[in-house]
Amino acid sequence: MTAVSQLIPPRPAPAIAKRRITGARIAALAVLALWALLALALVLTVINGWDEQKFLRYGPRYLHGLWTTVSLVVLGIVFGAVLSLPIAFARMSKSSVLNTVAYAYVYIFRSTPLLAQLFLIYYGLGSFRPELESVGLWWFFREAWYCGLLSFVLNTAAYQAEILRGAIESVPRGQHEGAAALGLSKYVAFRKVILPQALIVALRPYGNEIILMIKGSAVVSIVTVYDLMGETRYAFSRTFDYQTYLWAAIFYLAIVEALRHLWAFLEARLTRHLKR
Amino acid sequence: MSGFFSALFSALDPLCGPVGVFSLFGSGSLVACGDAGWGDEIAFGVKITIGLAVVTLPVGLVIGFLIALAAQSEEKLLRLAAGIYTTIFRGLPELLTLFIIYYGLQILIQAVLAWFGYQERVEINAFLAGVVALSVVFSSYSSEVMLSAFRAIPRGQYEAGDALGLHRSRTMILVVLPQLIRIALPGLTNLWLILLKDTSYASAIGLAEILRQTSIAARVSKEAFFFYFIACLLYLTLATISSVGLGFLERWAKRSEVRR
Repeated sequence: MTAVSQLIPPRPAPAIAKRRITGARIAALAVLALWALLALALVLTVINGWDEQKFLRYGPRYLHGLWTTVSLVVLGIVFGAVLSLPIAFARMSKSSVLNTVAYAYVYIFRSTPLLAQLFLIYYGLGSFRPELESVGLWWFFREAWYCGLLSFVLNTAAYQAEILRGAIESVPRGQHEGAAALGLSKYVAFRKVILPQALIVALRPYGNEIILMIKGSAVVSIVTVYDLMGETRYAFSRTFDYQTYLWAAIFYLAIVEALRHLWAFLEARLTRHLKR
Repeated sequence: MSGFFSALFSALDPLCGPVGVFSLFGSGSLVACGDAGWGDEIAFGVKITIGLAVVTLPVGLVIGFLIALAAQSEEKLLRLAAGIYTTIFRGLPELLTLFIIYYGLQILIQAVLAWFGYQERVEINAFLAGVVALSVVFSSYSSEVMLSAFRAIPRGQYEAGDALGLHRSRTMILVVLPQLIRIALPGLTNLWLILLKDTSYASAIGLAEILRQTSIAARVSKEAFFFYFIACLLYLTLATISSVGLGFLERWAKRSEVRR
């Protein structure tokens, strides 16, 4: 026995609610239209201004500039990482002298512009030519490329030291104590227990630092190094063609985006044991 | 009245005023004020640097706030539009952005003027180009900071605003924004320090800021190390002063936070 005497006949699904036109939607369409317009203008400039002569003359120079940029950044990051080790450890040491010196280094190099540091090294130290010749270092400070590299190394070492210190200090005390309880020596505990955990924390800031370095490396173009930006400025000064800057923008964007995605992949891969 | 203020400012000028560093210690040397040395030129550069950063800050903050709003909206297209902006301007070197905007604006204005039948070479102000380029860069970074601050504010805050019958915009101004500022302040402090350093790139398009003025002094006087050292010292001082000031601001913003 049931109280239901009659079943409701099947009915069609309710009509899909109309997407309302909101202010946000209009704004989004307007901004996207603006972006599309700019992209179109970009493509049109490239197509209308296409000149095979220029392409053949400056194309290889751009690639050479790209190589200079990449080699500067890679060497800068590697040497900077080496230099950052003693600074980071000095920063964590109990000795207040070492601590203060390392802190002063980091503070000074992080709060002055890279461009000013580069000028100080290239033009500033370069003005002490007789002294440098007597020490036998003139060959180094004569070349803008070496000076650019030196300023990158000094600059990135300060940033990397802070990244490393932050990462090492983020490893909980219990990890040190656990390693000590297992009878591991300080060195083994650091290498096998602390450092792997610290490097995972440091991975993302390191990626950011590399990207900042690639973007910062454009400053060497001001001291006559023909990196990607330098070749761009050279090509622009010869042709007064606005495209030169657009090509450089495409190159830089491609590098940075590729690196960003590579880093996202690396991070996902290296932290897969931490996922729940 | 304006005469009084300009007199007050020149009296309090920390570099070339009556009690300025260069006037007290620099007289007779390369950094003397007036025609004898480069002190007043460098002091002018400091003013331009500070001016550029101070003018850029509110513009960049407002654009950044709008982009953060767009990036967290429910409208997919709006998120896409904001994403394109931040991806491009965080990926380009600041120097390249500056050149692209400096020459791009000139070409754009010339093209618009040519449309109206006015053929003449236009040269835009380096300060203006600097403000535009730096605020574009600043806004794309600050939008990320504000976006993560937005995400740190729980939904309940918006719902409570609704429950009190506040209009959406009132909720934003009275409830969300004060918390947003407090959460985003450390990140924005960092960005301000970066902005202060990025103003040095404007020297490449000929803006008479610290680095440009010291470069001219270095080239003329052949004392490159001394002048670039002064430039570094000035940037260091500006950074120190602002980090002390912003430290106070952060403590002020945190005054209502629960002490734990």
